Amino acid sequence: MIVSRALYARRRIANGVFIGLSIAAALFGLVWLGFILSALLAEGFSAVSPLLFTQSTPPPGQPGGLLNAILGSVLMSLVAVLLGTPIGLFAGTYLAEYGKHTRFAFVVRFVNDILLSAPSIVIGLFVYEIVVFPMGHFSAWAGTLSLMVIVIPVVVRTTENMLILVPNGLREAASALGAPMNFVIRSVTWSAARAGIITGVLLAVARISGETAPLLFTALNNQFLTTNFNAPMASLPAVIFQYALSPYDDWHKLAWAGALLVTATVLTLSIVARLLETKRN
Amino acid sequence: MADVALTDATATADLAQRAEVTRRAGRGDARFHFLTWAAAAAVLLVFAGVIASLLIGSIPAVRAFGFRFLVSSAWDPTSNEFGGLPSIYGTLVTSALAMLLAVPIGIGVAIFLTELCPRPLRRPIGIAIELLAGIPSIIYGIWGLFVFAPWFQAHVQQPIIDATAGIPIIGTLFGGAPYGIGVFTASLIISIMILPFISAVTRDVFETVPTMLKEAAYGLGCTTWEVMWRVVLPYARTGVVGGSMLALGRALGETMAVTFVIGNAHTIDPSLFAPGTTISATIANEFTEATTALYSSSLIFLGLILFFITFIVLACAQLMLRALERQAGVK
Repeated sequence: MIVSRALYARRRIANGVFIGLSIAAALFGLVWLGFILSALLAEGFSAVSPLLFTQSTPPPGQPGGLLNAILGSVLMSLVAVLLGTPIGLFAGTYLAEYGKHTRFAFVVRFVNDILLSAPSIVIGLFVYEIVVFPMGHFSAWAGTLSLMVIVIPVVVRTTENMLILVPNGLREAASALGAPMNFVIRSVTWSAARAGIITGVLLAVARISGETAPLLFTALNNQFLTTNFNAPMASLPAVIFQYALSPYDDWHKLAWAGALLVTATVLTLSIVARLLETKRN
Repeated sequence: MADVALTDATATADLAQRAEVTRRAGRGDARFHFLTWAAAAAVLLVFAGVIASLLIGSIPAVRAFGFRFLVSSAWDPTSNEFGGLPSIYGTLVTSALAMLLAVPIGIGVAIFLTELCPRPLRRPIGIAIELLAGIPSIIYGIWGLFVFAPWFQAHVQQPIIDATAGIPIIGTLFGGAPYGIGVFTASLIISIMILPFISAVTRDVFETVPTMLKEAAYGLGCTTWEVMWRVVLPYARTGVVGGSMLALGRALGETMAVTFVIGNAHTIDPSLFAPGTTISATIANEFTEATTALYSSSLIFLGLILFFITFIVLACAQLMLRALERQAGVK
């Protein structure tokens, strides 16, 4: 009896230790989140001013804002999403509706998931090689293209996942009425999966809003306000990178303000995407 | 008679019209099918383009250095002598260290969320942990440089250095001056960034474990720990390893956060607190400043090496997770 009581005690202690460690692990994650967000809010809000949205990035020592960077980020992300979404949507549709279990579809799926997690800096190198180097100068088009390469795999993945969830009965009912396949896909399957596809696009926007690495040597940066896609263009992440690593205090402040803007945008987008997803379920 | 002729005429016209409509629909279908196929092929084309451009771009460096590039620590732009070893070493060490921290913690979080957490708190805590993956890399960078590194330097690094000084191996591992930034700081920040990937995948596979298995174990008198360690984890092993590989792929390619906090020194120091560099940090820092063709080619060669390593890791992760999905489908 004594032996088994010792065993029982040992098992209880082991269990207690394990439960403690699991709770500590969850706290570990939450503490970092709190640590990062609180620093971001404190530093960011102290740097927010109306100038942020009305003036462009200044030389050190002068007042200024982030207008050119905000505009650049919005423009490049917008065009990248507008161009990348149709490609991703069609490719995802191919995988779910036509390719299914063929070898070609398997390869596309595999490659797409690799691109989804591939280091974004390598995408930047790729676009530099095919656009910037032949053209001889950095440009917003190159930046847009590299963001597009990041958008496509995200949209492909979510589109396929969402289309697979659409019940086959819907497709069969439409086909039985004599609708051609492309009509079935466009008017029945896509509309049934609309919320999910929009979620995917939002996630893609969230993903590229904070991307820095692929912009560094494609769109580069620009001190001035511009809408010319053939010239270098500023973006929030690139400005944060340059200003945070500079030795000037007022530039650091602007970098924090930019960081707050980027994070607020990204987190809002991902929360909206999540809400859309929940509503669907 | 007239009636019959009329019906005949409409019937023929109708038939012709129907045939035309069917033909048009068929053409529309073929066009749509081709369009979606072309989009799918475009994904392959991008991938092939990435590999081809990296291969072509790195030719000058391969010609100049060959295999020596992988084992040389030289990095001297003025004399055009480049070696990738410190960057490759930094990438591997930071990723390994980050995994060492993130895998057990990620599994802990998943266990907490599936077994221990009160039900109403599960979703909010799960979402909060996943938000860590949503925060952009550059935000981790600026926070790491301005907030975390100074705090870490004063409150953690100094005491550790003092406590381990003089102890053989461990003293070297944590030796040197407390800079705040360095290999260890970078690893720690990467581990926070990849934590959600591990915990999300792990939680999902934990949820596929049949309740009956767990209940049977509890019925035999197992404690929660024994159920998790002997029943749930072995059952979910493939998924946990697959999810961890996916996270490793992210860790290897992590760029901006690392660039801010690793110190960018082309050296290999035995101390984990010393500054170092990684492949991605080297490229991010130096590519726009690369003045000679050989310099940029060396950086592209580093990019190729990085892409190759992550490709292998991600491919393994996928094959494992795919096998798991098929298995779940069969059951």
